[in-house]
Amino acid sequence: MSSSDAAIVVHDLHLTRGSTRAVDGVSFTVPRGERFGVIGPDGAGKTTLFRMLTTLLVPDRGTAHVLGHDVAGAPWMIRPQLGYMPGRFALYPDLSVAENLAFYADVFDTTVAAGMARIAPIWSQLAPFAARRAGALSGGMKQKLALCCALVHRPTLLVLDEPTTGVDAVSRREFWDLLDTLRGDDLTIIVSTPYMDEASRCDRVALMQAGRFLAVDTPAGISAGFPLPLLALRAADRIGMLSVLRDFPHAVGAWPFGETVHYTDARVGAAPALVLAELREWAGAHGIADLEGEAITAGIEDVFIHRLAEHERAA
Amino acid sequence: MSAFRGLVRKETLHLLRDRQTLAILFLLPVVSVLLFGFAVRTDVRAIPIVVVDVAPDAATRALIARFAQSEQFQLHGTLRSEATLDALFQAGTVRQAIVLPTETDRRLVRGERVVVGLITDASDPNTGRVMEGYAGALLRRWHAERAGVAPSGGVSLLTRMRFNPTLESVNLFVPGLIALILTIVAAMMTAISITREKERGTMELLLVSPLRPSAVVLGKVAPYVVLGMANMLTVLLAARGVFGVPMRGHPLVLLGASLLYVIASLGLGILISTKAETERTAIMAALAGLLLPTLMLSGFIFPLEAMPRPLWAISHLIPARWFLTIVRGVMVKGAGLADLWRELAILAAMSVALLGIGIRRLAIRLP
Repeated sequence: MSSSDAAIVVHDLHLTRGSTRAVDGVSFTVPRGERFGVIGPDGAGKTTLFRMLTTLLVPDRGTAHVLGHDVAGAPWMIRPQLGYMPGRFALYPDLSVAENLAFYADVFDTTVAAGMARIAPIWSQLAPFAARRAGALSGGMKQKLALCCALVHRPTLLVLDEPTTGVDAVSRREFWDLLDTLRGDDLTIIVSTPYMDEASRCDRVALMQAGRFLAVDTPAGISAGFPLPLLALRAADRIGMLSVLRDFPHAVGAWPFGETVHYTDARVGAAPALVLAELREWAGAHGIADLEGEAITAGIEDVFIHRLAEHERAA
Repeated sequence: MSAFRGLVRKETLHLLRDRQTLAILFLLPVVSVLLFGFAVRTDVRAIPIVVVDVAPDAATRALIARFAQSEQFQLHGTLRSEATLDALFQAGTVRQAIVLPTETDRRLVRGERVVVGLITDASDPNTGRVMEGYAGALLRRWHAERAGVAPSGGVSLLTRMRFNPTLESVNLFVPGLIALILTIVAAMMTAISITREKERGTMELLLVSPLRPSAVVLGKVAPYVVLGMANMLTVLLAARGVFGVPMRGHPLVLLGASLLYVIASLGLGILISTKAETERTAIMAALAGLLLPTLMLSGFIFPLEAMPRPLWAISHLIPARWFLTIVRGVMVKGAGLADLWRELAILAAMSVALLGIGIRRLAIRLP
């Protein structure tokens, strides 16, 4: 892929903030029109990475080209084409919904009318509250208004820094549905989130931890890349089951997952039925008589936890 | 241009929505004029005074009568000698004493110099200076009347108090008040409004926008220029309406100087906001860094002439010093462009420099 086809080309990016290496050698490319997710826990370096992509911070080392321009050298070429939604919604609480939107249209030297085609699906939900002060909106509505404000000038790249943090589960799903309505145009979206379950809504995702990308692939590719047998197990004594499973000689890891415990076995290619039988025997010998379970395919979270554990063992 | 209009409109809306701050900004000038005019005026009334008159004659009796009639003095009586003066001062019974020489009337008629002793309780130096001024003025009026058309001798007393012969303190305070209020509105409000954007996280988006920092700042501060000028007019009208403060010079010179001073203050406010990350820091910096020098080093409260050399030198860097000279010149002395061009030029240079430095210092990225 040549860099002119790509919305974002990042090579070996580093930035130290204070004494932490917030971004520590990240490389990736996002083609135009893609929806790219950066997934990782708080403090992984997502916001610092995004602030470099939006020209707000200058990298210590490495390069980042956004829409064909260097973030360090040509910020004024990038900024007009950028739609940015910071982690804290940049809204003026004392201005009304309509006034906030009009202000951001003004700032980009355009009008709300000119951008209406782009924001129409989102605005239709906000329009009933147009006269309400932004400070009096619910979290979900604030999020939609912030998205409208980031889109009103019809940017080519939309940068969303944890847009779903702090809003309820229904609003989170609605937000991703709204992002779906933006597809089809030549809009590239890069979005960060700490929620693993949101990975499946992206074309490709990067798993980020401690300033590094652990993996970059499609959500299916990331799941398929999980090399080990994985089982979801149940027992009445969940806490007891957890420590018994972790003591099993072939265990790589066992983590609570809702009502179940996800267990990873170290033997590549081992038949899940065989592993389950061995585990039941082991558990029975250690006081857990009612162990049940079945083989499952790995989700993003399983991969993430596994990669993280690998990473920590290596360190 | 639509971006600039958008910024001005948005900032105006912020101002209008924040009713409490707006009320304070409009009440502040009126309340402070009334406060300074009525409560903290240094005019002193009913000063207990005693006259030591060793050889009474027509002239000394006329002087004593003047003191007795004056509202500013309360005549405690006349003495034949100075013997009990110390005790009277120590007890606080009197705060001022006039000691008259012998043959006062004859000396005056002959046009000889008359040496009058004036003793003032200066335990509070400010009040002391005012009392001295009052007594001196009264003595000079008495002397002018008694000595006839061509007095050659005169009374040996005191500094001359031109332009404000009755020493009305309101006339001295109003120019200082204008400077103080413009500093608060222009510098403090600018610093607050910019740091508030930082705290809310909206600065992050403004930085990412195609707007240059200069455009952001000019759009943000424009409403405060208007507000500052409105405040200045409020102070002037209140001072004129309530206390009859004069406007002897051309009001346009005053308006021009105020505009320059507002711009200089805005520049200072922007400078503060480039350093301060929170509203609280900005307020503290504006109070300590701007209001104190404006109060202390501009000649508002302490006369420039009385300052120690180093402070006097520093006062040249304070925009309020030059602004105050201009305002006092225009209002009280009736000075015009011809008299004040030097101060106006210095103020103009300061405002251009401060605004320029402020804008240059604005970050185009996050720290």
